[in-house]
Amino acid sequence: MGELEGYGDLALEVLEGVSVFDEIEVEREDGAVLRGVLLPRPRYGDPDVLVLKLPNGYNIGVSARRIKQLRRIGRVEPTRGAAAPQLSIKRSLPRIHLIGTGGTIASRVDYLTGAVYPYFTAEEIYSMVPELEEVALLSCETLLNVFSEDLTPSHWSKIAERVAQVFEREQPAGVVIAHGTDTMGYTAAALAFALRRIPGPVVLVGAQRSSDRPSSDAATNMLAAAIAAIKAPFAESVVVMHAGLDDTSFYVHRGVKVRKMHTSRRDAFRSVNAIPLAKVSLPDRSFHMLARRYLPRSNEVTLENGFDEKVALLKFYPGMGPEVLEFLVDRGYHGVVIEGTGLGHVATRLIPSVRRAVDEGVAVVIASQCLWGRVNMNVYRTGVELLKAGAMPAEDMLPETAYVKLSWVLARTRELKEVKRIFSTNLAFEIEERSENRFYPPQSYIERE
Amino acid sequence: MLKVKVGLEIHQMLDTKEKLFCACPTVLRREEPSVRFRRWLRLARSELGELDPAALFEYQKGKSYLYEHYEDSVCLVEMDEEPPHQLNPEALEIALTVCLMLNCKIVDEVQVMRKIVIDGSNTTGFQRTALIGIDGYVEARGRRIPINTVCLEEDAARKISESAKEVVYRLDRLGIPLIEISTGPVIESPEEAGLVALRIGQLLRMTGGVKRGLGTIRQDLNISVEGGARVEVKGVQELDLIPKIVELEAKRQTSLLEIRDELRKRGVTEDMIELNVADVTEVFEGTNSRVAKRALEGGGVALAAKLPAFAGLLGREIQPGRRLGTEMAERARYYAEVGGIFHSDELPAYGIAPDEVEKVRKLLNCDVMDAFVLVFEREERAIAALKAVVERAREALKGVPEETRAANPDGTTKFMRPMPGKARMYPETDIRPISITPELLERVRKALPEPPEVKYEKFVKVYGLNPSLAKRMVSSYWLDLFEKAVEELRAPPTVVATTLEGTLVELRRDGVPVPNLTDEHLLGLFKLLSKGLLVKEAIPIVLRHLAENPSLSVEDALRELGVTPMSEEEARERIRSVLGSMSNVVRERGVKAFGQVMGAAMKELRGRVDGEVVSKLVKEEFEKLLKEQASSS
Repeated sequence: MGELEGYGDLALEVLEGVSVFDEIEVEREDGAVLRGVLLPRPRYGDPDVLVLKLPNGYNIGVSARRIKQLRRIGRVEPTRGAAAPQLSIKRSLPRIHLIGTGGTIASRVDYLTGAVYPYFTAEEIYSMVPELEEVALLSCETLLNVFSEDLTPSHWSKIAERVAQVFEREQPAGVVIAHGTDTMGYTAAALAFALRRIPGPVVLVGAQRSSDRPSSDAATNMLAAAIAAIKAPFAESVVVMHAGLDDTSFYVHRGVKVRKMHTSRRDAFRSVNAIPLAKVSLPDRSFHMLARRYLPRSNEVTLENGFDEKVALLKFYPGMGPEVLEFLVDRGYHGVVIEGTGLGHVATRLIPSVRRAVDEGVAVVIASQCLWGRVNMNVYRTGVELLKAGAMPAEDMLPETAYVKLSWVLARTRELKEVKRIFSTNLAFEIEERSENRFYPPQSYIERE
Repeated sequence: MLKVKVGLEIHQMLDTKEKLFCACPTVLRREEPSVRFRRWLRLARSELGELDPAALFEYQKGKSYLYEHYEDSVCLVEMDEEPPHQLNPEALEIALTVCLMLNCKIVDEVQVMRKIVIDGSNTTGFQRTALIGIDGYVEARGRRIPINTVCLEEDAARKISESAKEVVYRLDRLGIPLIEISTGPVIESPEEAGLVALRIGQLLRMTGGVKRGLGTIRQDLNISVEGGARVEVKGVQELDLIPKIVELEAKRQTSLLEIRDELRKRGVTEDMIELNVADVTEVFEGTNSRVAKRALEGGGVALAAKLPAFAGLLGREIQPGRRLGTEMAERARYYAEVGGIFHSDELPAYGIAPDEVEKVRKLLNCDVMDAFVLVFEREERAIAALKAVVERAREALKGVPEETRAANPDGTTKFMRPMPGKARMYPETDIRPISITPELLERVRKALPEPPEVKYEKFVKVYGLNPSLAKRMVSSYWLDLFEKAVEELRAPPTVVATTLEGTLVELRRDGVPVPNLTDEHLLGLFKLLSKGLLVKEAIPIVLRHLAENPSLSVEDALRELGVTPMSEEEARERIRSVLGSMSNVVRERGVKAFGQVMGAAMKELRGRVDGEVVSKLVKEEFEKLLKEQASSS
């Protein structure tokens, strides 16, 4: 009976003695006779409408209110399809360790029920991305199973710890982390701060189109991530995703500089205030560096783990009153990153609250909601007042990166002077000293017709 | 008469304002696209085993897909860069209207499905489709033909070109709503197949919600003769061709059954037809055949395979101009993309000499009753080609192979691909199920188009059409356009009907490319007509010009032709000057000159003044002139 969960009372009445995946025949009051397999009720829609899969493959809804007669005919067993074929991959290939966090790179559809089953075994990933057989020897594990929007700083610690362990014990060429795209930028930044020195890159990868579709970007992103993990001369935390509309180019973005800038496009990820570290091309599998400075591979594994969860990221808006900030201080928060306007401003009426926060030992950072460009609080009086109140500028860091960094710093020290010193130190290329013209994408679309 | 069973599948493009799952317009573009991008499609290897052979074959070619689009009429949804919007309610209402007109039972909740299609024609790798109605019927000449399903689905992208490495598709067509109507396989004659298609087309046009023009309606046919097999014929765009296709396909299947019987009579069994490839390259070293020479010089080989006891059968005609050998060559081309392929029933010919044929026969140990197939190609492909040929020969022993065929313009069919397997569908989870509420159905029911009888009455009584024209209009291809012109543009009904059912037919007979005319052309013309900016006499001239120059607007055409209407005063002025130049004739011939004068005036004012007005004015001016001449003499 448990499987009928989701169906409404009226439907349950009609479905007496029937369970999901039974083959049934219903007669509607208008004489229509429908035969098909009863499917689970999706969470949305009318709970008193039965969902039937007809022999021609179509699903339709039949309202329980209109059913005159229902007859159970038999039962079909849903299958998860054939298992992926066993493979013998060349042992001499570079090794990559793949960590799953809840995103899916491989999945298969049961066309009988319409259910999508995610997979995270090496066999399934090779099956989905056969090109990998010539690229890498994969080992896989599922570390977390949470939606990317449900991840918290404690999950960052868990991932960082596991990555350090894998590098220490198994010495792979690189570690690839399959991650939901919504908060991938945060995790990538967190790993950049926690993993001070590692032997190879940590590559975060995801998909903007789910892996059950033939057009999913999961497979090509995965392949590009593996190529980057193997060929990169650097040992940093990076994000590899589509560079544009084509399935042929991929950017390797620095974890501390990357932001998801589009809700749905494959090329949603952009480096902000920096150019991407490198580029991967398919199908020729080439890799080439774009940035000159990077942290090279080393033999060391230095983990400085732990994040302070009592840090908030606050966006300033014109109607914002001081009480929002006051609330955080009252609640005992250790740090706040405020996404201010322009060069790094908030309403003057908020300045006393900033001063109070700092006086009570709360670290206050000002970043900019412009995202592009550097915070400079010396230009206007409000900025100067904020500096005087004890706020710290985030330089050209993304607000999200400033938030992750502050969280990491506050887990090391709560002494504000020390916090300020570490926060303003460039730890993982999160601060670019020079703002280059090419860091800001051109608006060429206006002329492109 | 052959006993034949036919089922129809009709795909009709809807004329909605927006596409099925986004707000883009439903227009096909002529100009060059502005942006291109490249993609691949893939499936898990474990899923490939379940994939239908047609899709699998396409997939294994490993082609990439280059998509072309237009920034101003294609959005991220067609590009598979944004989830679909909710199902277009306008399209749903048209689909429901069609369901009711076809007496279908309608589902209580519409569930949009993803049907896996991995030939690249959908950027997603699946086509979104939903079942709306089932179990209806349509009446055709007193017989009830069952309608199995009515589905609402998105059209695929347009294929622009294809090479070994890539397929180019254009995204303007992707996402335009389509209605797919499937009849039961019960149609019993070529004529009936044509009639049912005509009847369904008529019902579709009565909704006023469907597109018109080449490519907006596509018919697929399932045809089988007794003892034959189900053959699917795809992409029939011309309604008139349906009876012919059915007839020729029935003939083809019957001929294939005769060949089967003949093979059995000759004692051929399946294990006798084996792939035994012989390399006969040496035979052709010094050949005069250009095909052979080119292939061998390009590093190819000559391979041959024996088909035991097939002599005479490869060359037997099964459809006009098409033989069993043709079918084998098509298979070989599909599976191995080979060019130079010949069978023994057509040799010696094409530069291949009798002694070369004899040598091949000898090398293959052929006796008189045996046939062979000869391929000039690179070795790997040549072997694949012969494998496909031998496979087809085995099928000949069983009779008619189940396959998907494409219609040729002459009504014959050619091999297209193996029969697709069972459709693989799973729910489109980005789109919520849609309840078909009693209120919605009631609303659609109330707005149903009038039945033909009611329309006929109205056309005669209200619009004043004569009965025979009214009857033709009710079942016209142009029915909805007629109603629009009359009801919305207030154009004179008889002129509109005569133009659509008379003038267009005459122009077509004259060899004018009438299919070039768009709805915009015709409606634009009727609009000017109703505003008095065009006289009906100009209609054939303007239509001819537009058909020959379809990129022109109606206004442009009028200007180029100089057929803008003339005021009565101006017309009278012109007639006076015509009369002036003919005053001698009038003086000599008197009243008898009237016909000549009228002809000259008509010529002068053609298409610019209403004919009745011309004749009235000419009469007045002619009489005036006669009087003047009489009084002056």
